[in-house]
Amino acid sequence: MNEAIKTEQSALLNFVLAEADDALILGQRLIEWCYSAPYLEEDLAISNVCLDYLGRANNFYEYASELDTRKRSADQLAMLRDSREFSNLLIHELPIGDFAFTMARQFVLDVFYVEYLAVLMDSTDDRIAGIAAKSAKECDYHLRRSREWILRLGDGTEESHTRLQNGLNELWGYIPELFMQSEAEKQLMAQGVCADRAALQPAWDACVNEVLEQATLTRPDVSWKVSGGREGIHTETHGYLLADMQFLQRAYPGQQW
Amino acid sequence: MTHFELSDAELEQRFQQRIDDEQKIEPKDWMPAAYRKNLIRQISQHAHSEVIGMQPEGNWLSRAPTLQRKMILLAKVQDEGGHGLYLYSAAETLGASREEMVDALHEGRAKYASIFNYPTLTWADIGTIGWLVDGAAIVNQISLQRTSYGPYARAMVRICKEESFHQRQGYESLIALVNGSDEQKAMAQDALNRWWWPSLMMFGPHDADSAHSGQSMKWKIKRKSNDSLRQDFVDQTVPQADFLGLHIPDEELKWNEERGHYDFGEIDWEEFARVVNGDGMCNRDRVRHHKKAQDDGAWVRDALRAYEQKKRANAEKAA
Repeated sequence: MNEAIKTEQSALLNFVLAEADDALILGQRLIEWCYSAPYLEEDLAISNVCLDYLGRANNFYEYASELDTRKRSADQLAMLRDSREFSNLLIHELPIGDFAFTMARQFVLDVFYVEYLAVLMDSTDDRIAGIAAKSAKECDYHLRRSREWILRLGDGTEESHTRLQNGLNELWGYIPELFMQSEAEKQLMAQGVCADRAALQPAWDACVNEVLEQATLTRPDVSWKVSGGREGIHTETHGYLLADMQFLQRAYPGQQW
Repeated sequence: MTHFELSDAELEQRFQQRIDDEQKIEPKDWMPAAYRKNLIRQISQHAHSEVIGMQPEGNWLSRAPTLQRKMILLAKVQDEGGHGLYLYSAAETLGASREEMVDALHEGRAKYASIFNYPTLTWADIGTIGWLVDGAAIVNQISLQRTSYGPYARAMVRICKEESFHQRQGYESLIALVNGSDEQKAMAQDALNRWWWPSLMMFGPHDADSAHSGQSMKWKIKRKSNDSLRQDFVDQTVPQADFLGLHIPDEELKWNEERGHYDFGEIDWEEFARVVNGDGMCNRDRVRHHKKAQDDGAWVRDALRAYEQKKRANAEKAA
């Protein structure tokens, strides 16, 4: 195989894996709410969102498995890579915090993914376009829900307002990474396989600013930002998340479940 | 003819006649206070069981071995929560509020299925719960599809469909284990050893010792006795264990040609009483967790109410 094609294939695999990792790691976090939300209806609603993310992860891992020259299965990709090989963006892996932090994260991600998936649906890669189209429909619903929560908590009580504002402040420095192009994405841009993340920022800003204002919240003005997820540089919580998630596959190697 | 022209005795007689004629009782119909109370007790206990049952199974969500198993388990735990919701709604049609019912759970006045006081220690417990606990629940709930209170009966129809699905999924995940490594087979056998007897206990005390059974049968809240449901469960489950190649931990278990049923050993009723009365491994944790989630979420529910009030006030101002 010629080198250029090889590099392109490995860029595609890296890109698809990153998409899968983002979805799986957030799904794994959301699981923690499934019987611990503020009331039963919310247990069910968060579980729905979580299922969508796990489904999205599964679809991307299946595709990654087909692209993988080492022929690893979707489950092997999810359950047998270590933290340095996981390329999820950091915002997805942060611990769930309180309900305000969780909803703040869902909201900023939902606004991002509505824009992002709308572009990815037009990917020149049919598989990616297909997964994005399915996820986009789910994401419209996610955003309707999280937007409503931002309004309720922001303009609810003093306590809910404070908690949500704190949640946003804690989150804010992880957001710039959403708009950064990975090495793989830079290589794939020319063929129209992936989206231009930086180009999504104005639409994201407009939507987030509008909702925050309506919810009587202040857009955080923080001087810090952190990145590294795409290169496998993670927060210290990431290893524990994997240790938990991968326990059975690690303890009983090579078995069918 | 209006109700107040009839004496209580006449009303009760008419009520019983409707039950005997297999007519469903609906929320606005007259019913004896004890019928209402008995139903609220049973339906809320059933609802609490669904909701508390989310915990032992949810305990393995983060560690499910494959993506598919993780999604299947999450969908199942979510379904159980949904069953809790229908059942709370069914109890609400009798005038009980969800808050009162949940308070009763937290204060130990309302019970839930005692089997959820046992810990889920390995992945095989998840398949085994699906197979045995959902299996036992289905045997009970199929008979409750014909219960005399309409909203409860209708909730059961929907719940049974989903439970059957869960039972098949649980059984199917055990098939994977018994066809796997020696360690996986041992894991499945160990799970069966621990869950078999608690599953039989799910049907409650022997008919002769059952506190609420007589009146419940007469009112057709219950349609089959504890012992006969338990027998149905054993009869349907033994061949399933055989198919898995797993050994049921009961040396007295054998087919009785004459009765056309399996004979089985005596339940350890002391253990049953011990766990029901609070000395199970997880009794304290289950209620504490439920209460903690509720307490931690209080500010969220307050915010929701405050926001709705503001919205209403603004709408009135605009009007």
